[in-house]
Amino acid sequence: MIIPIEYFLTVSALLFVIGVFGIFINRKNVIIILMSIELILASVNINFVVFSAYLGDLVGQVFAMFILTVAAAEAAIGLAIIVCFYRLRNSIFIEDANTMKG
Amino acid sequence: MISLYFFYFFAFTTILSSLFVIFANNPVHSVLWLILTFFSVAGFFILVGAEFLALLLMIVYVGALAVLFLFVVMMLNINFAGLRSGVAQYLPFGIMIGLVIFVELMLAFVPWDFKEETINSITAPINTTDTNTVALGKVVYTDYFLLFQCAGIILLIAMIGSIVLTMRSRPDVKRQNIMEQIYRDPSTSIEVKDVNPGEGI
Repeated sequence: MIIPIEYFLTVSALLFVIGVFGIFINRKNVIIILMSIELILASVNINFVVFSAYLGDLVGQVFAMFILTVAAAEAAIGLAIIVCFYRLRNSIFIEDANTMKG
Repeated sequence: MISLYFFYFFAFTTILSSLFVIFANNPVHSVLWLILTFFSVAGFFILVGAEFLALLLMIVYVGALAVLFLFVVMMLNINFAGLRSGVAQYLPFGIMIGLVIFVELMLAFVPWDFKEETINSITAPINTTDTNTVALGKVVYTDYFLLFQCAGIILLIAMIGSIVLTMRSRPDVKRQNIMEQIYRDPSTSIEVKDVNPGEGI
């Protein structure tokens, strides 16, 4: 492997930080928050796959596949909840989700 | 050497497009930048020799997830301008947290080497005779078969859950009632009328 593993880890760390940062600055928009979570999961996937390739063990790629599955399920449920919420409140502002006084 | 240039290219597009995802004013643009991000991540996977996962990422994320996001964004009539307010309020705090996490993660920027015990404990070694897809299939369908089935059940539950969450019965819409149609008989639906020639009913 010509590319050192820490280069991949740097990109993955940057992607993770951008995802967390996206959650912080888009605190009102649920859809962008879901996309930021997808970014975080993608960065985790990069780590899994790169370590799997550099170690020579295939199990990391299997786990990355399961993470992909869970990410897809999570996004589908999340978007369904957003649609429900929009029907109830006519908005997707997180501040409107205050019924439980949290 | 050429793979290093490809790495820099994919790294550049990944970081740039993911920044656009969180800073775009319009969520539709965010979704499109998200698609570019996942394409670049798939490029990384191909660089390290995980072709199956790379193509799976494209199919699952671009083919299914991004379209789902686009549908939801376009279906809901949202005031996007109001959603952007308050960014300046959270920006300093976000930058602080992001910087701390990044510095902590950058502790990984050292030359890596795997311990002898780690290399000895490899359960599914990557060999060069099988292609990536064949090798993955040999592992997933044997050692990880139970997890594979569980993943299928998770997807089924997600499907049922999202259908149940978004389904609603609307009283103002005429729906087909199949039982009513099946139990119709001629006595209730057909009427014989005696029509004189040359006259209407």
